[in-house]
Amino acid sequence: MIIKSLDPRVTRLEIPAEDQSFEPLAPMDQHETYEVFHQEKRGGQPVHVGSLHAPNTELALVMAKEQYGRRSRTVAIWVVPTSEIMTISVEDADIFETTPEKDYREAKGYRVGTKLKAWKKQQEGATNG
Amino acid sequence: MDNGRPANGVAPKVASALKTFLYRIADDELIIAHRNSEWTGLGPILEEDIAFSSIAQDKLGHSLAIYSILHEVFGEEDPDTIAFTRSEKDFTCCHLVELPIGDYAFSLVRHLLFDLAEQLRFEMLENSLFEPLAKVARKVKGEIKYHLFHAVTWVTQLGAKGNEESKARTQTALNEAFPLALGIFEPGDHDDILKGEGIFEGEETLKERWLTALTSIVEEADLTLPDVQSVEPAYGGRKGYHTEHLQPLLDEMAEVFRIDPGAEW
Repeated sequence: MIIKSLDPRVTRLEIPAEDQSFEPLAPMDQHETYEVFHQEKRGGQPVHVGSLHAPNTELALVMAKEQYGRRSRTVAIWVVPTSEIMTISVEDADIFETTPEKDYREAKGYRVGTKLKAWKKQQEGATNG
Repeated sequence: MDNGRPANGVAPKVASALKTFLYRIADDELIIAHRNSEWTGLGPILEEDIAFSSIAQDKLGHSLAIYSILHEVFGEEDPDTIAFTRSEKDFTCCHLVELPIGDYAFSLVRHLLFDLAEQLRFEMLENSLFEPLAKVARKVKGEIKYHLFHAVTWVTQLGAKGNEESKARTQTALNEAFPLALGIFEPGDHDDILKGEGIFEGEETLKERWLTALTSIVEEADLTLPDVQSVEPAYGGRKGYHTEHLQPLLDEMAEVFRIDPGAEW
């Protein structure tokens, strides 16, 4: 007995109905992952759009084109092996924290508006006079 | 019209040659599209499944474009009727596209052999004096460039960059598919007429270009091209003589259409 499916392609594979000894793949028994960046316009930012599995960089590019470039306007696709990306680990995410009492480091810490107005007024006075 | 030409401006003898030519191209595209789409959901990995299915859809689009010329310029039936209601003997596709999908190596090698010929053919047609066809040739250029990029990258991966097994299986597929692929260029009476009219330079010229390009791709992939002199090209398809695989494909392809041919989709 073979497996009979509504899908004739599956029936044609002639898979024995009694043999159900499919072994799941071992964890990580798959290709390397690649990160994909998509550019919509010339000169625009390449934006990270997702990742994919591929046996090597060339095939990653081949597949990224269809995976991420077939639906929307695309002028360029970049692929990078995930393993080549340096990042700060989640445990060390506190590295991004900063104490708030440092107005002098922020643009908002300086009241430029009043100074600018005063300067403009002064300029106007100079041309009128 | 005072020159005795029909409304489409094409002399009857040329029209007949052009129709033969267009049906060959479109039937090839339709059947390879259907065959390649048989991998949808069964592809080796998800990413490749998507890419190959997408390529199959592109091929379907190419067949639609050519059937549309036949319908609009030559008053043939509409594309759906042409695709779904003809019987095997009315098709003029080559045997290469009819063969079942086989293993993935066979499907990939067929994809390479077919798409290379397709690319070179459309390249030749870009400057064809039959403008509707030249227009299609220019339009599909980018798609076919990707298809070939996909095919060449895979075959090189399985050959030069693969292991012993992948290389052996790809070579076996090449040995099997090569004589079939030569059937793409099966000569016909229309050839000289189209050449004379500046519509197409001919199958022989195309075959020479194809062999040259293929030789370097195959070398790059560290595979061996069978000797063209020592193989028998699989002719017959262009005259309506097909392998036993075509009719079952047509039945399956048209199964849903035939339930209700007038249905609005």
